Amino acid sequence: MWAYIIRRVVYNIPVFLAIVLLVMVLLRQQDPVPGLLGKNATQKEYDSKRKELGLDRPLMVQYVSLLNQIVRFDFKQEMWTQPGMTVGEQLRKAIPPSLSLTLPALVLTSLVSISIGLFSAFARGRWLDKALVFFAVLGMSVSFLVYIIFGQYLGSYQLGQLAGRPIFAIHGYEPGLEHWAYYLLLPVLISVVVSMGYDTRFYRAVMVEETGRDYITTARSKGASTAKIMFVHMLRNAMIPIITRIMITLPFLVTGSILLETFFGIPGMGNVLLTAILNSDFPVVEVFASIFSGMFIVSIIATDILYAVFDPRVRLQ
Amino acid sequence: MPSVAPLLEVKDLTVGFRTDRGDVTAIEDVSFQVRPGEILGIVGESGCGKSVTSRSIMRLLPEQNSFIDHRSEILFNGVNLAHTDESVMRSIRGNRIAMIFQEPMTALNPVFTIGWQLDEALKYHTPMNKLQRREHAIEMLRSVDIPHPRQRYCEYPHQLSGGMRQRVVIALALCCGPELLLADEPTTALDVTIQAQILSLMDELRKKSDTAVVLITHDLGVIAQICDRVVVMYAGQIVETADVESLFARPQHPYTKALLESIPLPGPAHHQTRLPTIDGLVPSLFELPSGCRFQDRCPYQDEQCVREPPSLSQESNLRKVRCFFPINES
Repeated sequence: MWAYIIRRVVYNIPVFLAIVLLVMVLLRQQDPVPGLLGKNATQKEYDSKRKELGLDRPLMVQYVSLLNQIVRFDFKQEMWTQPGMTVGEQLRKAIPPSLSLTLPALVLTSLVSISIGLFSAFARGRWLDKALVFFAVLGMSVSFLVYIIFGQYLGSYQLGQLAGRPIFAIHGYEPGLEHWAYYLLLPVLISVVVSMGYDTRFYRAVMVEETGRDYITTARSKGASTAKIMFVHMLRNAMIPIITRIMITLPFLVTGSILLETFFGIPGMGNVLLTAILNSDFPVVEVFASIFSGMFIVSIIATDILYAVFDPRVRLQ
Repeated sequence: MPSVAPLLEVKDLTVGFRTDRGDVTAIEDVSFQVRPGEILGIVGESGCGKSVTSRSIMRLLPEQNSFIDHRSEILFNGVNLAHTDESVMRSIRGNRIAMIFQEPMTALNPVFTIGWQLDEALKYHTPMNKLQRREHAIEMLRSVDIPHPRQRYCEYPHQLSGGMRQRVVIALALCCGPELLLADEPTTALDVTIQAQILSLMDELRKKSDTAVVLITHDLGVIAQICDRVVVMYAGQIVETADVESLFARPQHPYTKALLESIPLPGPAHHQTRLPTIDGLVPSLFELPSGCRFQDRCPYQDEQCVREPPSLSQESNLRKVRCFFPINES
């Protein structure tokens, strides 16, 4: 297995290098300096800014400089929009709030939708299943913004009025576990509700396919209870699509959620990334794109390894 | 043998399905008995209700779209299983009534070891501890002639051949010492040599432990090999029942006779003649004819057959036939 992992990692190094180069080339299709200096800058100011940002160097030199930072995992280049702050410092500041929003949301969404999907599939054709599918489709069809606005209105405003003190913050963020529920529980719940409709339908489809399998009849003929069949026999067999779906979303955990972070004023990666893209802050975009694609490659390899862990028929070679 | 009380007595079993095109009756008024140590064969073409019969006895049909008629009785040791609680059924399934399935390639759960799957049944129905269950399971694998049972215990289904998997399925069915074994086409998916081994294995087991067996098959060769009595089904009804010798010697229903004639015989004398087949198909459950269900395919069809359905006559308690004009050849 180790040989397999090492080989997969080695094979993906050129892919990674190509992605980083591609991001740099694409970014440089537009000159960022006029945007940074404003319309009235002289040619001299313009040239000195280019020199200051290192844009006058050949592309390959800039590429190697970025790779050097990636290899050392030390992103010491200064941000263009906030001189004095390095990209590494910005990431260290912005990733924790994003993760404390996206990670609980992913875990909760997966647990809830897998369970509902299981029940729905097992009750297929009955009113319970029909009701669950109806709500799933309804949930999918409503805009993200509606959930955010109603969530803030009901969760922050109305609930606060009712309790006489604020239960959930409408805006803002403070680090620390003791502040988590106050600032982040509401956006997490909204995020769960938003993704639940789609996920439930996906997991239901996966489970429905399993309910028709012969091994289910064998298990029933052994005297297994419905709960045992659902949560032991079926769930274990449905692990491959479940793993695939969860693993593919892992890299997105660090990107945060632009909408939720904006509406709830959470200083996370979603905000940082949006600002960096809008203001042509190349160092931030480049470093972030590299981290994201690296995570993508790692999670794909990890997915294959998990396949082999959960399904004895899968052999890694 | 008739003096022994029947272990299983199915009386007027009628099972239907709810479909988009309305309710259909899959089997109608099926009645038979099985005594301890007896092997009863149920034979018929695909779609004639054999599997529905066995699955109804185990109550394995999906409850949301199937129903057992309220008059039906499935008496197992005197207890009516047709309308009993699911919790009672769970304590019986795998314990006192066990089932062997047609497809050994898919009947086992692919992601659990053979040992785990045997252990599960033992955990539900026996008070054995972990170590005892393990030893018992390995013993069961050995009793169905699986070589290296200790090693196989730790392996997954995909590491075994089809024949070996069917042996595992049989070991799984027998591990709690059931009184009744329902074998639904246990040899259909296997090649002929493995088939013979599996059949003799089942024969041996019933002799050893007096287990009653209901063997469902479309293969009359299998019936001749190990069954004591036979039920012939056609389009959801029993058309003939008899002990195996008299059924093969003197079939009374035209369908039985046609089935027997369509068995290929070995030897050069038979190579010149064309093998007889039964023309047509089993009628769809949605458009059953009003009279005899076999009328369209029957060479002896008469106007009475079209007009009214024949009922199951009784020559003796062991021999019944559903036909207005039973064949009487000696």
